[in-house]
Amino acid sequence: MPKLTVDGIEVEVEAGATVLQACEEAGKEIPRFCYHERLSIAGNCRMCLVEMERAPKPVASCAMPAADGMVIKTDSDLVKKARNGVMEFLLINHPLDCPICDQGGECDLQDQAMAYGFDSSRYAEKKRAVKDKELGPIVKTIMTRCIHCTRCVRFSEEVAGVGTMGAVYRGEDTEVGPYIEASINSELSGNLVDLCPVGALTSKPYAFTARPWELKKTDSVDVMDAVGSNIRIDARTGEVMRVLPRTNEDINEEWISDKTRYAIDGLKRQRLDRPYVRKDGKLQPASWDEAFAAIKAKVSGLDGKKIAALAGDTVDCESMTALKDLMGKLGSPNLDCRQDGSKIGGPRASYIFNSTIAGIDEADACLIVGANVRAEAPIINSRLRKRWRTTAGDFKVGIIGEKWDPTYKNDYLGAGPETLQEILDGKHEFAKVLKASEKPMIIVGMGALNREDGDAVLAATRAIAEKYGMVSGEWNGFNVLHTAASRVGGLDLGFVPGEGGLATNDILDGAAKGDIEVVYLLGADEVDMSKLEKAFVIYQGAMGDAGAQAADVILPGAAYTEKNGTYVNTEGRAQQGWRAIFPVGDAREDWAIVRALSGALDLTLPYNNIDAVRSRMVELSPTFASLNVPTKAEWTDFGVSGDMKSDGFVSPVRNFYMTDPISRASVTMAKCTEAFVKDAAAEKVA
Amino acid sequence: MSHLRRPAPKELQPTSFAFTPENQEKAKKIIAKYPEGRQQSAVMPLLDLAQRQTEGNWVPTVAMDYIADMLEMPAIRVYEVATFYTMYNLAPVGKNFIQVCTTTPCWLRGSADVVDTCKKELGIGVGETTEDGQFTMIEVECLGACVNAPMMQINDDYYEDLTPETTKAILDALKKGEKPKAGPQSGRKGCEPIDGPKVLKAFCGCGAASQDADASEGDA
Repeated sequence: MPKLTVDGIEVEVEAGATVLQACEEAGKEIPRFCYHERLSIAGNCRMCLVEMERAPKPVASCAMPAADGMVIKTDSDLVKKARNGVMEFLLINHPLDCPICDQGGECDLQDQAMAYGFDSSRYAEKKRAVKDKELGPIVKTIMTRCIHCTRCVRFSEEVAGVGTMGAVYRGEDTEVGPYIEASINSELSGNLVDLCPVGALTSKPYAFTARPWELKKTDSVDVMDAVGSNIRIDARTGEVMRVLPRTNEDINEEWISDKTRYAIDGLKRQRLDRPYVRKDGKLQPASWDEAFAAIKAKVSGLDGKKIAALAGDTVDCESMTALKDLMGKLGSPNLDCRQDGSKIGGPRASYIFNSTIAGIDEADACLIVGANVRAEAPIINSRLRKRWRTTAGDFKVGIIGEKWDPTYKNDYLGAGPETLQEILDGKHEFAKVLKASEKPMIIVGMGALNREDGDAVLAATRAIAEKYGMVSGEWNGFNVLHTAASRVGGLDLGFVPGEGGLATNDILDGAAKGDIEVVYLLGADEVDMSKLEKAFVIYQGAMGDAGAQAADVILPGAAYTEKNGTYVNTEGRAQQGWRAIFPVGDAREDWAIVRALSGALDLTLPYNNIDAVRSRMVELSPTFASLNVPTKAEWTDFGVSGDMKSDGFVSPVRNFYMTDPISRASVTMAKCTEAFVKDAAAEKVA
Repeated sequence: MSHLRRPAPKELQPTSFAFTPENQEKAKKIIAKYPEGRQQSAVMPLLDLAQRQTEGNWVPTVAMDYIADMLEMPAIRVYEVATFYTMYNLAPVGKNFIQVCTTTPCWLRGSADVVDTCKKELGIGVGETTEDGQFTMIEVECLGACVNAPMMQINDDYYEDLTPETTKAILDALKKGEKPKAGPQSGRKGCEPIDGPKVLKAFCGCGAASQDADASEGDA
C-alpha cells in the first residue's frame, strides 16, 4: 500500500492505484477528459497533468502508478501553466458553437475551460473540420467537436463488445468513428452520449429540446426489464425529457440500456388519459364514477370464483398489493402475475437471481439456460462480459438454448433439455468445466421456464446447481433471470393463485369457456386477448395497447415516471422510484385507483395513503422491509422432476427494442428496430 | 491530404479477397513468429502481404476484413493500423509508386527540382497517376536518408543523390520497363562523405590499408 503526499496531505492508496486516484483520495480535483474509472487508461488528453517531485516535467496523473514516497503537487504554478497549455491546444480545433451545442451546460470542456482556458485564442490559422458520422438512430455526431479522448472507442470495445468505433487516420487527420459507415449495433450505445466529455456525441432523440439547468431531476427505477437499473428522470414542465443512469455499483454500475433510456417517448403516445366504458360495442369516454358504476353493476353479487386478475410486466408493487387485497375481498383466488405462464413461484430461492448481479464478479463459470441475456437484460450481459474480460478469458460461459451473440467467448452447448440432461448426467464436455470451477453459476431464463414442462426444467437446473456445487456456504449460483420488472415483486407479494385458484393459462381458458366472467387486467397486455372476448374485461393501465382494446372498462393509470412505486428486481432487491411528473389527464396512481374502486364496491381497503400500502407490503413479504438490499433466500427443495420435452428453449424476447406497451409505442424504439433487428425489414414487407 | 490516405470509392473496391495459397503459407509463418495469444501483432506484416498481392499495390477494405478474421480481431482495429501508417495505400496506385521526399534537408538539396522533373516527365501533378497506370507520384515527409538528399522511393527502392538529370534517367529507364540501379546516383557507394571516405577506408574498398592492418591498428 503506497503512501504518498499530495499537496502536503499524506494519503495511502491501494497498490495499483494511479496518482490521479491518490489525488482524489486527498480531496483534490483533477481535471480530465480521457480518463474514466470504468474504462482502460488511455492517457492521451493530458489534462490531468500534475507536478511530481524529482520528475523533469509534469506527469499525466491518470497513467502514472502511485508509488511510495511520491510528492505530488496539484496546485502549483507549473501545473496551472501546463494545464492551460493543454487546454489551449484542445481548443485550437474545437468550434465555438456552445450556444447551439446540446452538451452546453454539462460539457466537461466548457467547465474546465472556465478554470484553465484563455479568454481569447492565439491561433490564427484555419481550424480543421471533420465530416460527421452516421451512427444510427440514437447517437448524433458533430465530429468537429471531438477532442480525441477515445472514451467512446474504449467503451464500445470494452463494455459493449462491439468493435465499431475507432480512431482512424493519424495526426491532424485523426477521426474518431467507424472507418466504413456503420451504426453502433449495441443495446448500450446510449451510454456513449454520457461518456463523451464534449458535444461530439449527443443524443439524437433529445436533440435541441432542453438545457440541463431547466430540468427537474428525479431519482427512479427502470421498469423496461427486470434488472431494476437506477435511473434519473429529467423532466421539464410536466414532460419527461430524458432518462439518465444513476450509479449503483451493485446493479447497473453507471450504464443503462437503450430501451431504458429512449423508450420514454412512447409515454407521449397512445396514452389512456380518461376512463372509458364500452357502450353498444364501442368504448365511450366516461367519468370515474361511471366507470366504477359499470364495474359495480357487473361484479355485485358475482361469485368470486368467476372473477380473475392478471398483473402486467411493468406494474408497481403498491398496485399489486391493493389489487390482491381487493380480490381477497371479492372472494376470488384467481390471480396471477405471470402473464407468460412460466412455472415459477415456489420457494424464494427458486425465482430470484441468488448470486446477485455483483456476484457475477466472483463467478468463474456460467451456464446460461434458455436466456438471451443480451436481449433480456443487456446490463447483466455487460457484467458477464466484464467478468470475462477481467479474468482474461478464464470465465467460461456455456449456452443452452437459441444461438445468440453474447459479445464474449462462449461455448454453445445445445438447443434444449437434452443438453441440459447430458450436463446433469455429467456426459457433456462442459460438465468438466463446471466441476473444475470453484464458484460456478447457472442463469435460467424465462425461455426455459415458461413451457409446459417448466417445472421439470426447473428441477433439472436445480439438480445441476446441487451436483456442481453451485450452492455452497455463502455462495449461491442458482440464478433466475426475469424479463418483467414486476415479476419478483408479484411473487414476493403472493400475487399468485390462492387456494383452488387458477393460473394465467387456466384463467384465459376459463374466460374463453365462460367460467370466468370478469377479468381484471392490471397493465397486462401480453396475454391472448381473443380468449377474453366473452368476459367482462377491466383494464387498468397507462398505455392503449392490446389490453385496452379488449377492455369493457378502462381505468387510466399512471406510467412508471408518474408515480411513486416500489419494484423488486430479478435479484429480489426492492427499490423505490419517485414521481417525476403528474399523470396525464384524469389518470391516477394505480394503487389509489384500486382503493377508490374498493370504496365504490363497498369493500373499502384499509389504507388511505401510500405509507399504509407499504406497511401492508411489509406484512406480506419481508422483502419490502429492507429496501435496496437483496435479502438472501433459503435454499430449499423446488421444482418437480419429470420428463422434459425435446423442443429447444426459445427466449421470450424476440426484439429487444419492443417488449412492452411503452416501448412498442416509442418512435425511437421503432427506428432502432428498423435499423438493428434483422427480420424487421422482412416483416415490414410481409 | 492525399487521396491514397482515404478509402478508395466503392467502384474500385473489390468484393472479395483471399491470400493466394503461396501467401497463405507466408502468412502462417508470419503469425507463427508471435507468441501464443499475441497473434494480432501480425497485423502489420499481413497488411503488407495483402498490399503486395493486390493489383494496384493497395489494401482494399475486404482485405482488412479478411485479415481481421484471420487474426480474430475486430475489423476496426485493422482499419486503425492501415489508416495510421502511410506505407499502406488505401487506394490503388501506379505500377511505379514514386514518393519524393520534400522535407527540409532534401528540399535544401534541391528536392523541388526532382518534383518538377517528375511532373514534367510524367505529365502528372503531385498525388496523381499517369493515364497508363504506370506511375503515381506523391510528396512524402522524411524517409530517413537525409545524408543522400535529395532522394525518392520507388516501390521498395531508394534512389538517392538525385539531380534533375538522374531523375529523368531513372524515369526513362522505368518507362522502358527496365529496373534502374537503386541507391545513390552520384557514384557514392553509400552515405560516405561526397569527396570520399575519411575513416574505416578498409571497409569500403577504397582505402589503401588492408583489413588486417586496420584490425592491428585497432589493437594498438
